[in-house]
Amino acid sequence: MNTPLLSVRDLHVNFGTSEGDVQAVRGVSFDIDRGETLAIVGESGSGKSVTASAIMRLNFGADIRVSGSALFEGKDILSMGEEEVRKMRGSDVAMIFQDPLTALNPFYTVGNQISEAYTIHHPGTSKKELRALALDAIEKVGIPEPVKRIKQYPHEFSGGMRQRIVIAMALINQPKLLIADEPTTALDVTVQAQILELIGVMQEENGTAVILITHDLGVVAEVTERVLVMYAGRLVEKASVIDAFASPTHPYTRGLLNSVKSLDSDRHSRLEPIPGIPPSLIDLPTGCPFHSRCRYAASLNGRCSTEVPELKAVGNSWSACHLPVDLLAAPIKESL
Amino acid sequence: MSDDLILQAFDLKKHFPTGASKLLQRPTQVVQAVDGVSLSLRRGTTLAIVGESGCGKSTLARLLARLIEPTSGSVVLNGVNISTASSKELLKMRREIQVVFQDPYACLNPRHSIGQSIGTPIRIQKTMSRSEERHRVFELMELVGLSHEHYNRFPHEFSGGQRQRAGIARALALQPKVIVADEPVSALDVSIQAQILNLLEKLQSDLGLSYVFIAHDLSVVRHIADEVAVMYLGKIVEIGSPDAVYGAPAHPYTKALMSAVPVPNPQAGAKRKRIILTGDVPSPVNPPSGCRFRTRCAKVQDICAVDEPLLIDRGQGHPVACHFPD
Repeated sequence: MNTPLLSVRDLHVNFGTSEGDVQAVRGVSFDIDRGETLAIVGESGSGKSVTASAIMRLNFGADIRVSGSALFEGKDILSMGEEEVRKMRGSDVAMIFQDPLTALNPFYTVGNQISEAYTIHHPGTSKKELRALALDAIEKVGIPEPVKRIKQYPHEFSGGMRQRIVIAMALINQPKLLIADEPTTALDVTVQAQILELIGVMQEENGTAVILITHDLGVVAEVTERVLVMYAGRLVEKASVIDAFASPTHPYTRGLLNSVKSLDSDRHSRLEPIPGIPPSLIDLPTGCPFHSRCRYAASLNGRCSTEVPELKAVGNSWSACHLPVDLLAAPIKESL
Repeated sequence: MSDDLILQAFDLKKHFPTGASKLLQRPTQVVQAVDGVSLSLRRGTTLAIVGESGCGKSTLARLLARLIEPTSGSVVLNGVNISTASSKELLKMRREIQVVFQDPYACLNPRHSIGQSIGTPIRIQKTMSRSEERHRVFELMELVGLSHEHYNRFPHEFSGGQRQRAGIARALALQPKVIVADEPVSALDVSIQAQILNLLEKLQSDLGLSYVFIAHDLSVVRHIADEVAVMYLGKIVEIGSPDAVYGAPAHPYTKALMSAVPVPNPQAGAKRKRIILTGDVPSPVNPPSGCRFRTRCAKVQDICAVDEPLLIDRGQGHPVACHFPD
C-alpha cells in the first residue's frame, strides 16, 4: 500500500466579493500517485483552476479563505510557511498555464528565464553550467537552433514555441508533480498535438505525475488515465478514463459527453445539449448543484433540491448523485 | 444550375500592407491573408471553412460579407457583384447577408438594451415603424429562445450563450438569405455550444438559410457542414463533402489536421495514428514558393517548390491542391 504523492482532502476555497461569497471549491478530495496522469474537467467556473492554484498556494489575499488539506509526500501544503512553499514551488511541484505569453517576462531572454528557474533552487551554479543546462532544456522540448534561440525574447516565438519554453522552465528541476492548467487551449490543434506529445515524453523520462486541467474531453481521452469531473465547485464524478467515457455514471458527465461531437461518431445524429446554464457560485441552489438542469431530478420527489449528494461508489467509479446505484451503473434510458 | 448558387467568390485576394516606410510613403511588405480563393455556396446549405490561426479564414469571412474590400477578385451574391457595390447598394445588400461574430461580449453595445440591439438593423434600414419593430423583435427573441422579459435587459446581465442568441436574433432581423458565422460557438462552454448549434440547424431548416460557417473546431464542423473547405496560409488546399474530407482526406495537411483532433473515446486513441507536424506555419508575408505547405510536408519533391498545385479534382472525387495526393 503506497501512500499517494498528493492527497487532497475536503478542499474549500471562498472568495469574498462585494456581491457576496463566491464558493469556488466546495469539499474536493482526491489522490494522485507518482507518475500518474489525472485530468480535472469541467466548464468555466466549475472550480478546476481554483483547485489547482490552491495546491500551488497561489490563492492569497485578505478575502480568500482556503480550508482542508493537501498532503504532498506527507506534508500539508496548505499549512506550510511561505519559505517552505517557495522551496516547493518550481522544484517539487511545477505549474504551466494556458497563456504562455503572460507566463514569460517580456524583458528577459528565454535563456535567462529558464536558467533563473534552475538557479533559484540551486544557488551558486556557475554561469557556464547554467547556459549548458538551458541549452539542453531548450533542445529537449524540441526547439530548433537552441544556440540562437536562447538569446531571443518571448515575442520572437510563436504560441506553440512559447508553451515549449514554459514547459522547459517547469521541468528543469525535474518536479515530482506537474500541474498543467489548460496548457493547449490557446493553441491550434496541430500544435496541441505537438505539445501533448511533448508532455507525454517528458513525463515518461522524468516519472513526473501530471494533473491536467482542461475542458476538452478529447484531450482527456487521449492522454490521461483517471478523470475528475467538477461542477459548481464540487466533484460529481471520479473514474478511470475508460469508465468515464464508456459508462459515465453522473447525469452531468453524461450530458457533457452528449454535448460534444467526435470525429468518429455518426455525423447526422443530433446533439443533446444540457438545458439551462450553470448556477451562480454566489447564490448556489440548495441540494445537488446540478438539479435544476438534471432530467432525472423530478423522479426523486424533491430530494435533489434539498439534500446534497455525497460521492458514492458505483461499480468502479464514484458518483455524487441521489439516483439508486443500479440506475446509475446501467445506462439510464431516455424514457426515465 | 447556377441559380442554385446563392454566393460565389472568384479568385478573391486580400493583401494587407504592413511595415510601412515613412520615407517611401508606401508599404514595404504585404501580408497575403487571402490569396486566390474561389468557392460557391449552394442555397439552403452550409459551407464550412476550417483552418488554424492565421490561415485567413476570418479575413475570407469578412470579404464574403463585404465588411472589407478585396484587393482583387469578386463576390457575387444572388447574381449581383457586391465587391464593387456603392454604399447605397451595400445598404440594400445587407438585407440579404448578415454576420454572426465569435465574441458575443464584444458585438453587443453595452449601453443598449438587448431589444434595442436586436432592432438596430431594422432602424438602420427604416423598413418598419417603431411599434412594428418592437413586435418583430419579440418575434425574433422567441425564435432564438429568449423570453420577452429580456427585452429591456443589458448585455452584462446575460450569459455567453444568451448573448450569442441575441447576436443571432439581430442577424436574422432583416430576414437575410445568407448568414456568415465567424466562430459562433468557440467562446462558449461545450454544453452551451450544443444548444447554439442545434438552434442554428433549426433556423436553417425553418427559414431556408444558407450558412458560411467559419471554425477551427473540426468536430463541430463535421456535424454542421454540407461542404468543407480546408485553408492553409491564405489558400484552400482541399474542398469537398464532410464524408470525403474527413473520411478520405487527400491533402497531406488535411490528413495531419484530422489526425491531430483528439477524439473523446479512450479506446479509439490507441488505434489511431497521429501525424505530428514539425515546425510552425510560415509567415504570410513571405510564403514559400510553389506549394505553401511544402516546408512541413512529408511527401515533398522538387516540383513542389517550383510549381504551385492547382485546386482540381485529381481522381479523388473532390478538388485537392497537391501534386501527390492520396
